[in-house]
Parts: sequence; C-alpha cells; structure tokens
Amino acid sequence: MSEPALTQRQRDDLCTIAGMIIPASDEYKVPGADDAAIQADILKTLGRDRAPVIAALDHLARLAGKPLGDLDSARRDAVANEFRATGGAPAATLVRVVLQCYYRDDRVLRSLGLELRAPFPQGYVLEQGDWSLLDPVRARSPSLRRAQ
Amino acid sequence: MKHEPVDVLIIGAGASGAAVAWSLADTRMHILCLDQGDWMKPSEYPSTGRDWEAKFYGEWSTSPNIRARPEDYPINDDNSPIKVVNFNGVGGSTVMYTAHWPRLHPSDFKVRTLDGVADDWPIDYDALTPFFEENDRMMGVSGLSGDPRSPLTHPPMPPQPLGLSGPIIGNAMNKLGWHWWPSDTTVATMDYEGRARCINLGHCTPACAQGAKASTDITYWPHAIRAGVEVKTHCRVREILTNADGMASGVVYYDKDGAEHFQPAEVVIIACNGVGTPRLLLNSKSARFPDGLANSSGLVGKNLMFHPYAQIYGFVQEPTDANRAPPTCLWSKEFYDTDLSRGFVRGYGIQFGRGAGPVFEAVASEQKGILPWGADHHRVFRRLNGHRIGVSAICEDLPEEHNRVTLDPVLKDGHGIPAPRIDYTISENSRKMMEHGLARGREILEAAGATDICTNNPIPWGGWHLLGTARMGTDPKRSVVNEWGRSHDVKNLFIVDGSVFVTSGGVNPTSTIQAVALYIADQMKQRLANLFD
Repeated sequence: MSEPALTQRQRDDLCTIAGMIIPASDEYKVPGADDAAIQADILKTLGRDRAPVIAALDHLARLAGKPLGDLDSARRDAVANEFRATGGAPAATLVRVVLQCYYRDDRVLRSLGLELRAPFPQGYVLEQGDWSLLDPVRARSPSLRRAQ
Repeated sequence: MKHEPVDVLIIGAGASGAAVAWSLADTRMHILCLDQGDWMKPSEYPSTGRDWEAKFYGEWSTSPNIRARPEDYPINDDNSPIKVVNFNGVGGSTVMYTAHWPRLHPSDFKVRTLDGVADDWPIDYDALTPFFEENDRMMGVSGLSGDPRSPLTHPPMPPQPLGLSGPIIGNAMNKLGWHWWPSDTTVATMDYEGRARCINLGHCTPACAQGAKASTDITYWPHAIRAGVEVKTHCRVREILTNADGMASGVVYYDKDGAEHFQPAEVVIIACNGVGTPRLLLNSKSARFPDGLANSSGLVGKNLMFHPYAQIYGFVQEPTDANRAPPTCLWSKEFYDTDLSRGFVRGYGIQFGRGAGPVFEAVASEQKGILPWGADHHRVFRRLNGHRIGVSAICEDLPEEHNRVTLDPVLKDGHGIPAPRIDYTISENSRKMMEHGLARGREILEAAGATDICTNNPIPWGGWHLLGTARMGTDPKRSVVNEWGRSHDVKNLFIVDGSVFVTSGGVNPTSTIQAVALYIADQMKQRLANLFD
C-alpha cells in the first residue's frame, strides 16, 4: 500500500514553517530550508516519518486556521511558537526532518566548510595531539582499589 | 520440522554467543548457533551514504522499537525512564556500540564485602584475567597500558590519537588534578587480523563500514566457522523444551518464512542479553516449570541493571573532532570507588565524547532550545557545530528486584511470541550519583572553557547495558545459574550473557561479558566428562 502523499496545503505549510526555522542568509550564502531543492529532498525521503509529519502539519493547520503563509508576520510567529510548544513528538519529527535534509545540502555544507561526501571510504585524518598532557597523570601513584 | 540433534545449541550470535562458540569449537562437538537476525552487509552501513546521519533516526536507530526491522522484537519500556537499545543480527549489539572497552575492576566483584551492599560475585577478577586477555586479542583492542586507576591491560594496538578534542579534555582534567586516560577501545588503530585500521569515519556506533571496529561477525565468527561451528540466521527461538528428566531437549524456533522447527540438542546455551534471555526463559513455561524455565529462585528477569548515564556537554571556542573521529577517546576513574562523603555508595566511570556531526548537532541543539529558529539560526549553529565536547557518568546500578523484565500481556513480536516488558526506576543512590556526576562534569566543562552547557539526566535512550536478570551465584535460592554459568535447575542449560552479572560496575560491560562467556566455556570444557552431574 502506498503512503499517502502530502496535500498541496500541507506542502505549502511545510515550506513556510521550514523557512521560518531556517531562513535564507545572504551573509552566510545559504538558502533557507524553504528552498525548492531542500523541500524536494524532504518530500522524497519522508519514509517512516511521513505519518508524524502529516500529524504535525494537521496540528499546524488547526493552529493557523488558514494557510500559514497567508498570516501576517506577527500572527505567523505566534502560531510557530505555539506549534513548537504544543506540537509534541510529531512537531519534533517535522523539525528534525527539516534539519536533517537542510544540513546535507551541498550549498549548506560548503558554507560550513564541510566536505561534500559520505565519510566512507575516504575517512578523515586525526592528529595525534599532545601526549605529554598525560605526564601529570602518570606521575601520580597507582590507586586501584584492592578487592580485599 | 524436526532436525538432527546437535551437541551444543547456542541461541544468539552476539558478543557472548560468538565468544563461547569459538571457545567450544576446539572440542570438535557439533555446535549450532541460531540467531534471529542476518549477517551484516557493511556496504549498506550508514557511513557509506550522504544521508549517514539521517539513518540514525530510522532504520539504524539504536532503539529496536524505532528501528523496527524484521529482525527486531518490540520491547514495552514505557514504565522505564531508560529505554532499551540493542541490535539484532550476527554480531548482536557489537555491531552497534561505541567500542569503549573498560573492564570491571577487581573491587567490583566484592561489593558486599567492601561496601556492604548488593552481593559478591561467586568468581573474582583473577579468575577472569586470562579470559580478558584472550578476549582482547580476539576482539583486537587498542589502548595504552599503565593506567594507574584501572586494571592492568595489554592492548595489542596503540591508542587512538588524542585528536583535537582529547587535549581540550586532558587540559581541563589536569587543571582539576583529576584522573584521565586514553580509553581502551575495540577500534583497530592498525591493520589487525584481517581488519583494516580505523580511518575515522566517525559514525562508529551504527556499525563500521571500514571494519575497524570489532564486532563479533568479523572477529570471533570467522574463526568459529572455520573451526566447524554452524550458524543459522533468521531463526527466532520461541521456547526451550524439556524432557521427562527435566533436562533441556532442544528449542522451537521460527524460520524467515514463519515455519516452525524443532532443533534437538544435548546442551543449550543462551546468549540473548539481559532482556532477551529472561524473555526466552519466561516464555519456556511447562507443567514442570510453571514459572518459566530455570526460575525456581523466582529471580529470572529480576535485578535488571542498566547503568544510568548522566550526560553533560558544552561548546568550546576551539574546533573539536566533531564527527571526524571515533566518538569516545578518553575515560576517567576519578570517582569510581566508594567515598561515602559524596552521599552515595559505589561510583561511576566517566566516558568523554569528542563531538557530533552537523545533523545530530542541529537536532539536539534545537531540542535543547539553544539553537534558535529564524535569522540568528546560522550564527548560533556555526558557534555550536564542531565545538562540542561531552562528559558522561556511567553510574553503577545496584541490583533491585523490582527492576525487572517480565512478559507483556499484550505486546508480541512478528511471530506472535510475547514481548518483554520493562519495569525500572532509578534508585535514590543512583540519583545522587548522577547528580554528583553532572556537578563534576560541569566543573570539567567549565575548566575547558565550555558554554551553553546542557544535560541529559538520564540519557533516555541509554539502556545499552542489560545486566543481572539471571544472576550467577552458589545459592540456588538467590541465583539462577551457578558459578560457572549452569542453570541450578536444568543441568544442561547454560547462560553466558550479561544476565549473569551479579553487580554492574561503573563501566561499559562488553569486555567483561565476553570474558565471563570465555570463562564459562572453559569451565564446560574442563568438565565435559561430568558436565551434568
């Protein structure tokens, strides 16, 4: 059985709330989470999160009373705050889904100075660090508690 | 379907099942291991994909209830502030663990004698010493010998580099004059026995695509299978049957297609962890064993010990290792031993964390309320991401009978087998210990210059260590198995996993679980002629 798709209203609200969580920034040269590519990634990879995200969007719709984007700025902020405060686990899932897709977007990772790749197979280089820091610990007497 | 009998049937191919299989293989007996999961496919591990962090919240979650793979069984842990985490498959939870590798201390085996609480183990550290050493060679341990506050170890590989995070933590600990030391870990720091060295994939806990982290599917099992041990996967054991003599006669299990099988065996060894083992015993009721198998003491499922984790973390100005290194690198035993002036008995180990990846950081910090929505999100995220260090107190959980595993009256797994239910509360002693750990952790973080300090008390999904639910002892009224792992009630039934722990110590237990499993296997080999007497 195929998963239910989000309605256009739900997609619009998801896009609006995502942009409120993470707006675009000229300073950091990054898109907002309402960017079309990031929204497409969210919708494509919802998977097992689909049901709680739909539940969260239903809750958001009840709070807003009309499309979130149609509210004035002050009212939109008030609804978002209430959504965050009362949305419970479904709202937390929605926020997590937005964040996990945003922070794997190439433009965002590039802005953070992170490499655009999976960890495997290249891995990372880890420097040895200063092992002389252990000298004070070595200088102390052994103090393992005896068993009797 | 009935199968030909085997000499030894092992249930569970994880940490202890693999070790006991390998050890018993040199008897040349016909040994079969059944596991409810499958062999792992490293090419599918999270760190092979760009969505590596997202998988941690779904199919690679540490929680079987969230992960919900066909190999998992559900656990009702609603009545516990600490949720059970585990992994089901060949390798068990060694596939999905941090590879932190301390041993219980010698004093941990004499808790009643030294501190007047709980019970002493019927065996001591010295009895396990050769098996700790053997296990360290088999699993492949890296570390630095000579820790003045830990039992002497001889890791065959050098320790992990300190990296960027290690010196920040080490400097802070030195300022405070407190003990710290590079952790022993089962992360290979050089090529070792067919395993490639660690290349710092960072995402170690949900399985290592490089194979540098030891899990028993790539350590013990290849050796055991070459020695003749057989492993059957996707075999979920429903119950252990007994014969007219009250001996275990074999097990009933379901295969991948749901078909029921009976596998006869001369000896049955349970290696299903501190939740799976009591679940199986309680599901193995019969007219002769109406309260569950091996349960004349009434202690099967009782005395569950988790190790409550009190975690505190913060953010330093310097860059840390983030996700570009194994997550753990250092430990401290400064507060490990009893000091009653602290207001509690026993103590805790400290496990330091190097950092986190960007998605984890964003999600965790948003949930904690330190990463805002809106225009300031980007500035704050750049201050947090790649700057985290963490301190976790692993608190010794003392055995209490009301902390227990029972069978849920409603919840069942995919084969209709009653699922386990957990009833657990954190004791007053543990609460005080956790508060102490958080206070000391705060001092450490402040000494490191950290800000934006947050806590998880306890780590809710921190029930990694499943101990005590089929405890070891010499008195059949006060224990489930004897001092060499044999059931007091059923003389061809053995338990080799963390269920047999009498007390928990204040460290990650897998090294000790496997040493105990090897010890029990050795005891069995020494007694083969009169194993059932």
